Amino acid sequence: MNLWPEVGAHWGDFKGFTGKIGFPVTDPERTEFRAGLRAALPVLLGIFPFGVVTGVAMAAGGIPPLEAILMSFVVFAGASQLAATQLLGAAAPVAVILVTAFFINLRFVMYSASIRPHLAGLPLRWRLGLGYLLADNAYALCIARFTQHPDATGKHWYCLGVSLPVWLTWQVATILGVIAGASVPHAWQLEFAAPLAFVALSVPLLRDRAMVAAALAAGITVVLAHPLPLRMGLVLAAIAGITAGLLAERRPA
Amino acid sequence: MSLATVWAAMLGMGLLTLLLRSSFLLLPEHVGLPPLLRRALRYVPAAVLTAIYAPEMLVQSGAIDFSPYNTRLLAGVVAIGVAWRLRRTFFTIVAGMVALHAFGTAVTRLPF
Repeated sequence: MNLWPEVGAHWGDFKGFTGKIGFPVTDPERTEFRAGLRAALPVLLGIFPFGVVTGVAMAAGGIPPLEAILMSFVVFAGASQLAATQLLGAAAPVAVILVTAFFINLRFVMYSASIRPHLAGLPLRWRLGLGYLLADNAYALCIARFTQHPDATGKHWYCLGVSLPVWLTWQVATILGVIAGASVPHAWQLEFAAPLAFVALSVPLLRDRAMVAAALAAGITVVLAHPLPLRMGLVLAAIAGITAGLLAERRPA
Repeated sequence: MSLATVWAAMLGMGLLTLLLRSSFLLLPEHVGLPPLLRRALRYVPAAVLTAIYAPEMLVQSGAIDFSPYNTRLLAGVVAIGVAWRLRRTFFTIVAGMVALHAFGTAVTRLPF
């Protein structure tokens, strides 16, 4: 697949110029970018249905179509978009929505800490740009590649190559979902797709005893705490889940 | 829901998500994650994602509901089973939605 047509071969001649507007100019950078694009392709098959479901759930959950589509661009994080939909539907205050989004997105702190050594010394616009694009799938592909080829040059181009198709697929899928969701009868209960998406996201994480303990403790806590105001249960559940996970870890003998 | 709340939530979540994703890319190189915090963060996704869907299935109209009339709980159990076996987003959601409507139809025919 030749994504850089013949003119691409001459871009190196204009290094000073193209470097400024941000195209990959050296051969290793172009190679990395292409490798990223290729690696992203199989992942798109999983992102597309999740994006459609998120769009459908946002529209079915009562978020106006324009705002739902904008939210996908501004936030670009499916799980927090779905959670926000549920909370907005339950007339929760903005502060509660933000606290919930904070806990859902805490994992990104872990991602950015682990990927930082591979993206050292980049200009601010690159760090913010790749930060904005650092979704679960893109992170997983990048860190796998960087672990295998720690000495590659232009690793940030690999990240960009992975992230752009992921981003584009997500946007197209949520827009299609919003359009579909707005025209579907309420009796289909499509808003239930949101909790189902959380099942699909969380159950595959339960690969060891500690993860199962974390999920069970959090689930039980949040259900028992349901009468508490302002969805305090979610914060308590996060604390209970983390504690249970740490306690259930097998310590080295 | 009010449009102002939707916009406030959208912009706030956008900024928050960008800051969390960029966090360590913006911090100085010598600032790292303490080991205990790194271990604790591993459990955040499983705990929080479960805490979001669990009440949608177990709490109906403000009360914990284990009855066979709670079709969302039954559909949720089906979805968890499918997610566990197949680990595929698409099949999990389709199975859960089909189960929700199948149980919904079945419940109207219960003799009690």
